[in-house]
Amino acid sequence: MQFSERWLRSLVQSDKSMQDLGHALTMAGLELEALQPAAPAFEGVVVAEILAAERHPDADRLQVCKVRTGAGAPLTIVCGAPNARVGLKTACALVGARLPELEIRRTKVRGVESAGMLCSAKELGIAGEAAGILELPANAPVGASLRDYLHLDDQLVTLKLTPNRGDCLSLTGIAREVAALTGAALTPVDCSAVPATRSDTYPVSIEAADACPIYCGRVLRGLDTAARTPAWMVERLQRCGLRLIHPVVDVTNYVLLELGQPMHAFDLARLQGPVRARMARADESLALLNEQTIRLSEDCLVIADDSGPLALAGIMGGAASGVSAASQDIFLEAAHFAPAAITGRARRYGLATDSSYRFERGVDPRLPRLAMERATRLILDICGGEAGEIREAGPGVPPRAPIAFRPARARRLLGVEIPDEEMQGIFNRLGMDCVSVGETWRVQPPSWRFDLELEVDLIEEVARLRGYEHIPAATPRAAHQLLPASERIRTESELKNQFAAMGYQEIVTYSFISSEQQSDFDIDNRQISLQNPIAAQMGVMRGSLMPGLVQTLRHNLNHGQERLRVFELGRCFLGTDADSQPIRLAGLAYGATWPEQWAAPRRWVDFFDVKADVEALFRPARAQFRAATHPALHPGQSARVWMDGQPVGWIGCLHPRLAQKYGFARSPMLFELECSALSPRLVPRYRGISRYPAVRRDIAVVVDAGQEVGDVLEGVRAALPSTVTEFELFDMYQGEGVDPGKKSLAFRMLLQHTEKTLTDSEIEVAVSQVLAFLSERFNAALRG
Amino acid sequence: MNDLNEIVSQAKTAFAASTTLAALDQAKARFLGKGGLITEQMKGLGAMSPEARKEAGVRINQAKTEVEELLRMRREAIQAEALEAQLRQEALDVTLPGRGGGVGGLHPVTRTLQRIERLFASIGFDIAEGPEIETDFYNFTALNIPEDHPARAMHDTFYLDNGQLLRTHTSPVQVRYMQGHPPPLRIIAPGRVYRCDSDVTHTPMFHQVEGLWVDETVSFADLKGVLADFMARFFEREQLPVRFRASFFPFTEPSAEMDIGCVICEGAGCRVCSQTGWLEVLGCGMVHPKVFAHVGIDAERWQGFAFGLGVERLAMLRYGVDDLRLFFENDIRFLRQFA
Repeated sequence: MQFSERWLRSLVQSDKSMQDLGHALTMAGLELEALQPAAPAFEGVVVAEILAAERHPDADRLQVCKVRTGAGAPLTIVCGAPNARVGLKTACALVGARLPELEIRRTKVRGVESAGMLCSAKELGIAGEAAGILELPANAPVGASLRDYLHLDDQLVTLKLTPNRGDCLSLTGIAREVAALTGAALTPVDCSAVPATRSDTYPVSIEAADACPIYCGRVLRGLDTAARTPAWMVERLQRCGLRLIHPVVDVTNYVLLELGQPMHAFDLARLQGPVRARMARADESLALLNEQTIRLSEDCLVIADDSGPLALAGIMGGAASGVSAASQDIFLEAAHFAPAAITGRARRYGLATDSSYRFERGVDPRLPRLAMERATRLILDICGGEAGEIREAGPGVPPRAPIAFRPARARRLLGVEIPDEEMQGIFNRLGMDCVSVGETWRVQPPSWRFDLELEVDLIEEVARLRGYEHIPAATPRAAHQLLPASERIRTESELKNQFAAMGYQEIVTYSFISSEQQSDFDIDNRQISLQNPIAAQMGVMRGSLMPGLVQTLRHNLNHGQERLRVFELGRCFLGTDADSQPIRLAGLAYGATWPEQWAAPRRWVDFFDVKADVEALFRPARAQFRAATHPALHPGQSARVWMDGQPVGWIGCLHPRLAQKYGFARSPMLFELECSALSPRLVPRYRGISRYPAVRRDIAVVVDAGQEVGDVLEGVRAALPSTVTEFELFDMYQGEGVDPGKKSLAFRMLLQHTEKTLTDSEIEVAVSQVLAFLSERFNAALRG
Repeated sequence: MNDLNEIVSQAKTAFAASTTLAALDQAKARFLGKGGLITEQMKGLGAMSPEARKEAGVRINQAKTEVEELLRMRREAIQAEALEAQLRQEALDVTLPGRGGGVGGLHPVTRTLQRIERLFASIGFDIAEGPEIETDFYNFTALNIPEDHPARAMHDTFYLDNGQLLRTHTSPVQVRYMQGHPPPLRIIAPGRVYRCDSDVTHTPMFHQVEGLWVDETVSFADLKGVLADFMARFFEREQLPVRFRASFFPFTEPSAEMDIGCVICEGAGCRVCSQTGWLEVLGCGMVHPKVFAHVGIDAERWQGFAFGLGVERLAMLRYGVDDLRLFFENDIRFLRQFA
């Protein structure tokens, strides 16, 4: 809400500066957003009259003017403005004047002495552009300071209002707030009755009394179509950011700003039959003032006559029935529309009007009649004419019930001892009567405060008017209890720290991706789309973290990186219910195993490098890896990760087709794991360390080249004799010395007994058992 | 007599000429070996009279001891030289860079979140989480934001085709948590939130931390104390100025915006604080009785406060980041600075 400081000060007498008032309002929840001068600084500019204007002897476009500035003899001033003419009252910058961008000196223009400058609004910095010099009314006092005459020593105040404070969407409302906060005195607007000079009324009927409980109408006849909105009103409207439209409309806008009551003026000649406030019918449409035609729905309140809807009530008038330059007789409306009948409708049609903005938040139901009197007086003053009787229809708004308020409750919630008298004083300052009935008071909310409904609303008013800064900060007292900290769970933070320590950089990517990325990476190609995405490539909720990783790789390669290790931990969206949004951890590795450095071998990262990282994440648990195909991964270099018999993720090399599509020279390695599988952790269980020596035996066997080593390791480990404590692969070989179609596997076995030293024969028996198992289960032959 | 002195003198020369242990051993044989000069002297004793033998024996032994001592000293010198040479040869340029794998790190948002979590954990706040695709009920209705309420316009909401939405704040976690946990309770709920807004100072996704403390007497004064303390600890400034301004959120009452003295200009006025000297850092308030009613908590017995803060905002102020969008570009040159 933007308004003029001068206008506000005409309604509330405060000796505080606007800066101080702004601070008080800000602390009370009406945030001062901007404070700008109405005009930039300038001095030495006066109201002047052009007495004579003759063409410059040496320049077609210049005139030599004789200008009266009040004091002394008329000045000679050369002026290039086409509208400089005899009799015009305008602004004259005298010699020595300082304008926003120049200082005026006595000068010669093409040989003619010029003692000053006639100014345009642009040159004075009070308008963005101007066609010529300023044109002032004929009665402007020559010699007066222009700043004083145009009230330019004013400030434009912008307050940021929260949706609960609809009562402050007017100068009166803000003045009331200033008075309540600072104790300053109010000067109420004159809304006294304007007696009717005609008996004219226009019939009004209320057919939707809940939505429109009050409807005031008044006929005004014989308005002067030549009337113009007076300068003082123009000034106030413009400083509030409003455009001039038509004197009658300007008055309704003025009253809207002044009192907060939206009004509407119909051209009486265009009305057919009684005015009705009713709900729209499904088949109706309405051409609005903004030239938009809307289809109405049955929950829209309209003002209609026999011909159909005239206006979308409380939101916008219709094009056909509004006042025009030719209107002489008008029908003026000031009504109360219930917030519930207005909210949401404007937005539905893409409309946001000053009127709907206020009705949605609630307008004081006492205002329609007052606003009608105020507008009548202003219109008669400006346009002449005669007023009929006010016709008021509708059941009215029932008086609001008092709110029960317990001072003790307020003290407990706020945590500060506030005396009863102080709270009573606060309520009184806010215009609320307060009757004490023992421990509970009955507080009457004012008609303009739609936000005061519950006891807690009043408690907030107590805090607000006392000032939050006068509620001392406290240290809360509460029962102290240790929080559970399960050792069986790794938190997300722990997982992130662990992965960062392994050399991966954490990233955070948007949760929405393009539909195409989703097709590329989501194994089920679910398309959970946004209705209103920021951009098409951010239209689908990700089903996988991989697209974000790949996108990040693309970005960083574009910026000169050659090697990347990144991970992200975040939600993926498999469905829309709360249980279908699993948290996952995914990583990407691209480039050399190690950053380029001296005396270290350069090798491109491969599946097994990344597999080791994944295994390390699960440790001490052991995940299983089973070859499986995923649409985004190389079919021969991808695996599903299993834990406790459940599939918990994927690992693999980006499919070469996608690597090409995203422009990568080589395929990055990717993995994606469910956090729910990573988070459980075993609590260690100590086992005794054997005091007897361990013996190492290496064995090499030959198996079919297609035999998966994982099966061999798992199979053997499950069948190991109790004396074998470790069974690991340490080499794999194919080539010379091994038959084609076969491969050689070399295993390291550690043998140890907990209670004695193993004998040679015991060792041989254990090794033979393992070899026999290998032979029987995997057709493995001892390599000669 | 002179012979013995001569022999010792010869040995001294011979040992000194030996530069390796092998050469020294050869030299040793010449004097102390089977046919060595000292040994030969010993052999001559047999032909002497007992008195002369005794005297000569003593002198020969003396000479032998002297030669042995010379030998030992020379051996130690050679060993010391060899070690010295080895050490010289093995010397490194210790200024060469260390060798190893890459360095990882946390995203600045995570780093900030972890700090926030630690600070609140220190006064007993537990961590709660909730879904990011939410229902209208949890995101709005249960938080006292009915349909068509003007406050909804404050949230530029992303909607899905089925009418669900992306949560616009972490406040729905309050509701979900209170449904499952009777008071007293103390939680923070960090997470991603979404607003349909994208420009220099807005990204369509960002992070919030929601906080909630419900007990029998937790008051607005306590809210001020806890949050002022938090900000001072977060920015590690004992004397951080704070102020609480009245504001409006449908799910708290009284509601407040919290400002801190600008940590960039120390309150003098700068671009970051729009010359006001103050930075708006969070919204907060006492939990609205209608929110308690939605989750079946008796608002006559229980009361408490809630707050929501923007994580990127705090990270930007803490680390001097001047462009919000950097957080989601994932440029490694940016991220590495927070390792």
